[in-house]
Amino acid sequence: MPHSLRETIAAFRRAPLLVMLSAMAIGLSLFVAGLFGLTAHNLQRALVRIEERVEVVAYLKDSVAQSDVEAARARLRALPEVAAVQYVSKDDALAAAMRDLPDFQDVFRDLDSNPLPASLEVRLRPGFRTSAGVEAVAQRLRAYAFVDDVRFGREWVDKIVSIRRIIAAGVSIIGGAFAAVAAIVIATAVRIAVSARREEISIMRLVGATAGFIQRPFLLEGLITGLLGGGIAAGLTYAAYRIIDQSLYRLEWLPSWWMVAGIAVGAAFGFLSSAVAVRRHLRAV
Amino acid sequence: MIKLNNVSKVYPRSGPALKDVSLHLEKGEFAFLTGHSGAGKSTILRLIQMAERPTSGEVLVSGYSSTRIKAREIPLLRRKLGVIFQDFRLLRDRTVEENVAFALEVTGAKRSAISPRVGRLLAHVGLAPKARALPDELSGGERQRVAVARALVNNPLVLLADEPTGNLDEAATYGIFELFQEINAMGMSVLMATHDMSLLRAYPHYRVIEMAQGSVTNDSAAQLEEHRG
Repeated sequence: MPHSLRETIAAFRRAPLLVMLSAMAIGLSLFVAGLFGLTAHNLQRALVRIEERVEVVAYLKDSVAQSDVEAARARLRALPEVAAVQYVSKDDALAAAMRDLPDFQDVFRDLDSNPLPASLEVRLRPGFRTSAGVEAVAQRLRAYAFVDDVRFGREWVDKIVSIRRIIAAGVSIIGGAFAAVAAIVIATAVRIAVSARREEISIMRLVGATAGFIQRPFLLEGLITGLLGGGIAAGLTYAAYRIIDQSLYRLEWLPSWWMVAGIAVGAAFGFLSSAVAVRRHLRAV
Repeated sequence: MIKLNNVSKVYPRSGPALKDVSLHLEKGEFAFLTGHSGAGKSTILRLIQMAERPTSGEVLVSGYSSTRIKAREIPLLRRKLGVIFQDFRLLRDRTVEENVAFALEVTGAKRSAISPRVGRLLAHVGLAPKARALPDELSGGERQRVAVARALVNNPLVLLADEPTGNLDEAATYGIFELFQEINAMGMSVLMATHDMSLLRAYPHYRVIEMAQGSVTNDSAAQLEEHRG
């Protein structure tokens, strides 16, 4: 067995609690990131579905003449932003409402007159499903005298984007705090390991060990601790996914390369934290 | 081999440790470095190992200069030096043979090459039967022999010994010293710092470099030169 691996195993034996603590701290900080990933990934999917349906709805005044509506439809369809224009009559709207809200069927049936307006549903082409594209089409619709009101999902899209931003900020803060704790715990672990091996290190230097040779066991220890942390984070994230998926919302599990990347980040973090700490503490030996 | 040219060393806290010291130790030479504690003996040995750099002047060891050596070259220099201390500096949780093998392992030597070499050296210092013992189970003299074996394992050019007999009784002292003589007879230079006057008196034909308060006050080799000159 190579020297550095033997020394790393010895270090794990010497202070298993400290290694677990370091791994837990890395694991928790990555778990926070994992939860964010899970949320962001599923929000993203929801956003894509919503974007596919992005449409502008113009509610029409009851007084509108059918010929005006047809003329408007033809002109709208000629616009480059527009994929399709669907006319929904008052009766269609009522039928749809009765279908979508079965609990209120009796209410709708008892009505003397149909309170729902007719509407034009404008679906946009893929490149124009943005706030600006939606706004442009809405502007045109508002110009028609027979259009009573224009609704579109822009506010909703913007809201989802800003929710995602708030979550990202929260994750940066909480994840960053856990990462700082992880770095401190790792530095402590390295300091304890260096001082436990103080004598050995001074003899290593005496007999001509290179700095790399002396540092290698510590770096390997950091790397393995980070891998453990990454594994813990992956496990916690998966557990959270299962719990949420089964009790709250249907979620989609993260792509597997995200998991690999997360564990790699943990390993890199453990390695770098050890590298910084070991340089600092070896100077004092 | 080893050359100190007008070397001074000043420590920021404790002040000057060496003042304008010039020395030359040739290949295969044996020299005592003597003087009271605080005279600068250990500082000279540390400068030769490049554990410290001189404040002024230059230390030359086997082609490396203290003014030019790079940090990554220092381990390579150390492999050409065997160093022995008063307090042995053995790893207590490792056996005698592991302690000796350690010095080879850290240089990246092959496992297959380590074991026979360690065995030969332990036989040479007379500790072959105790290869599996831990340092705490050995006498002081035996521990110092382990340290000597470790110092020799990389085939150094020079043996540097800092008060190697300071913790030993008379019999062990002479035992270790005879070992040094054998090593020197094989062509290795030996620089031994000691304040054991009885040892110096017992071997009067060796070069003695006397130091006091950071300066060389007497060098028997220089006297010889003058005598010849």
